[in-house]
Amino acid sequence: MENPGRTQPVLTARGAGFVGCRACGRVNPPDARTCVRCRSAIEPDDPASLQRVWAWLAAGLIAYVPANIYPMLRTTTLGHTSENTLIGGVVELLSHGAYGVGLIVFVASIVIPVAKFIAIAYLAVSVRRPAALGSHGRQVLFEVVEFIGRWSMIDVFVVAILSALVQLDFAAAINPGAAAVSFALSVAFTMLAAQSFDPRLIWNANERVQVT
Amino acid sequence: MSSATTIDPTMLTACPVCDALHRDQEVPPHRTARCARCGTVLAAPRSGAMTRITMLAATALILMIAAVLFPFLELSAQGLSQRASVLDAVLAFSTGLMAPLSLAVAFLIVLLPAARYLAILYALAPMALGWHPARHAIAAFRWAERIKPWAMAEIFIIGVAVALVKVAGLARVELGPAFWAFAALVVVTIIKDNYICRPTVWKTLEERSRS
Repeated sequence: MENPGRTQPVLTARGAGFVGCRACGRVNPPDARTCVRCRSAIEPDDPASLQRVWAWLAAGLIAYVPANIYPMLRTTTLGHTSENTLIGGVVELLSHGAYGVGLIVFVASIVIPVAKFIAIAYLAVSVRRPAALGSHGRQVLFEVVEFIGRWSMIDVFVVAILSALVQLDFAAAINPGAAAVSFALSVAFTMLAAQSFDPRLIWNANERVQVT
Repeated sequence: MSSATTIDPTMLTACPVCDALHRDQEVPPHRTARCARCGTVLAAPRSGAMTRITMLAATALILMIAAVLFPFLELSAQGLSQRASVLDAVLAFSTGLMAPLSLAVAFLIVLLPAARYLAILYALAPMALGWHPARHAIAAFRWAERIKPWAMAEIFIIGVAVALVKVAGLARVELGPAFWAFAALVVVTIIKDNYICRPTVWKTLEERSRS
């Protein structure tokens, strides 16, 4: 497939008076509401859609606060109960000498969520302002955020498996804490924020600046 | 450039990421077409993909049934033992306020992956056999693509690995048949998703539905 008009301003579906479907790539008439091929809803690449990104991102941030405050795990061994927060779990893994796994959990539950919040906010801001990172760089950033976002759910699954497995009556029992719920919500909200972001805005922003 | 009347939209493809227009050409199997502007893969057809995707989705569905029913992990310490199936992991949050999370975990690791295999089978199996697409094939495939990020079977398997390390010091853990079924399921799913070339599937669905 070659591009008709490979000279600098690339001809886009919008520029040619059509709308492209983000799900299947079909070129639709400009007033289409659903794609003629796959019948997905067609949304215009309007910066107003960023409001949804900001709303989900705010929800994700809010849910991330209790996820760090409340315990993730409640461990009972021989009648003695201890509670572990997100960071507490990482510290414990490291103190047991499980550096590899400790590092994985640290990256999955602390580094990735925080980096995701920053990355999505940066992408949303850069649509309206000139960005230091070019279109290609921001596209890569967006793809990384979309790919990696789901993996934060690993913490919730670990808690689920541990709680199901370690139920040895008096000897040892692990139960989930309140943070598991808010962490799962935070991950889901951030995934929705990334999905609400329209990558066409990364590319069309340049055109708008040139036109106006 | 602005004369929309001279452009036939059926001869064009818009890049789903950056909206750049491309002439819609037949891509030979095992070749990859990329967007000229942003580099997104536009088409990467594989020969016999429909048949392979159908077979792999059917395999994954059978493995999923095995993964849910058989014991997953068995833990033993100080003469006590506890057997957990995937169902137990789902029900771990089922008490009190955590119940909605239980439902969410059930959806993420069992129901959505299984629904996705069924939807792909429904949409693609008739085409693999050379028949007309089923009546709601378009809706089924659109749905399968939309829930893709929420089907988290492979993340669950890595979660199991982390959990095993955490309890390794506490007790002895044995892997049950369901663990291997689930691990195989993840591999099959990844191979299957690599064979799915969205634009090719959509084009085939559109052409066969019309004729």
